[in-house]
Amino acid sequence: MMANILEVRNLRKAYDQFTLKDISFHLPEGFVMGLVGPNGSGKTTIIKLIMNLIMKQSGDIKVFGQDHRACEAQIKARIGFVYETPNFYANLRLDQIASLIAPFYTAWDQAVFRRHCQAFQLPLDHTFKSLSKGMQMKFSLALALSHHADLLILDEPTSGLDPVFRREFLELLRDHVQDDHRAVLYSTHITSDLERIADYMTLLKDGEILLSLSINEIEENWGLIKTQQEDTAWGDLDVKGMRQRESFTEILTSDIQKARRIFDQNSLFEKASIEDIMFFLAQGDSHEHGPH
Amino acid sequence: MKIMISNASPDPIYEQILQQIKQKIISGELKAGDALPSLRSLARDLGISVITTKRTYEELERAGFIDAVSGKGCFVAAQNAEFLKEQKMKVIEDKLSEVILEAQRLGIPYSELKAMFEVLYEEKS
Repeated sequence: MMANILEVRNLRKAYDQFTLKDISFHLPEGFVMGLVGPNGSGKTTIIKLIMNLIMKQSGDIKVFGQDHRACEAQIKARIGFVYETPNFYANLRLDQIASLIAPFYTAWDQAVFRRHCQAFQLPLDHTFKSLSKGMQMKFSLALALSHHADLLILDEPTSGLDPVFRREFLELLRDHVQDDHRAVLYSTHITSDLERIADYMTLLKDGEILLSLSINEIEENWGLIKTQQEDTAWGDLDVKGMRQRESFTEILTSDIQKARRIFDQNSLFEKASIEDIMFFLAQGDSHEHGPH
Repeated sequence: MKIMISNASPDPIYEQILQQIKQKIISGELKAGDALPSLRSLARDLGISVITTKRTYEELERAGFIDAVSGKGCFVAAQNAEFLKEQKMKVIEDKLSEVILEAQRLGIPYSELKAMFEVLYEEKS
């Protein structure tokens, strides 16, 4: 059986305005999981809790099968972490920052670090603050990728990157999990990135998990239907969300094969993108619970 | 093994790969005993999840096209001639069924369909 690199169980964190509500998910080794959701849905909170940067109220987090606080030092040596806004000594040169950070990791690999710096075209003799936002992110990624980490945790790593480097970066992540014993967890707004490289996605809204499943499952079974048929004709179709347009209805379902049997030939069937799913589910949810 | 997938296709990716590998086995391009790429390397090549390639291989194994040898990988199964012929027939049957359904939908009677088929067959041979 495949082991879980990350296991989160009944994790809870309450703030005045926001509560992460007893969420659970796990990430098996060899896979990439994307955390998606609207702003303020809890993505960064989860990542900070895993990294023990903030205190959880209740619940369990296990990384590599060990408690994330009891074995914090061993665990963190095996994690490559990239924070949303990389925060290093602004006035130091990149090579100085790297030599400050390297000793914290027993598995630090200077050759790998140099290779990444070259590939990313990082000017090692420049200060951190002189870099553009995209370059700062690249530097942060180079650091995270240079100690043979078994788990990469990335918070919005691709938001400041141009499309060309974004694709190269996603390939790097895929290469990273070619080793079956590694995994990647990353949060993103850019849902098309997930379709490109993630194996699993976990969709959050208001501190709750709306959905956690494989990208393949979405590809194979989820879909959008555009139809003019009345809802009495829909039968027992699993409707995940719908939107009334002027002359037709758009329906999100998790069983597109069944939908093809139910709806008439004038209906249209399309693949559902992660963005579609996010839109329909996030919208549907707030309608049920009313405005906050 | 050359496989191409389209993100714009309405068919799921696993289905696209499945059909292409089947096609290669039926046509004889892949022969009994030939090794298939590993789940990870195929996933990497195509830029897709290993969950998808796993799903495809499982389906191929269930349908008797490949054998999974644990620890070694997947290999094209020995196909008996009868099975291969049946598969080839099935490809044609599926296409003909599609034509028949479309003809019925458009209200073209059997006699006309048959006449059309004969004319087209003459032209191509």
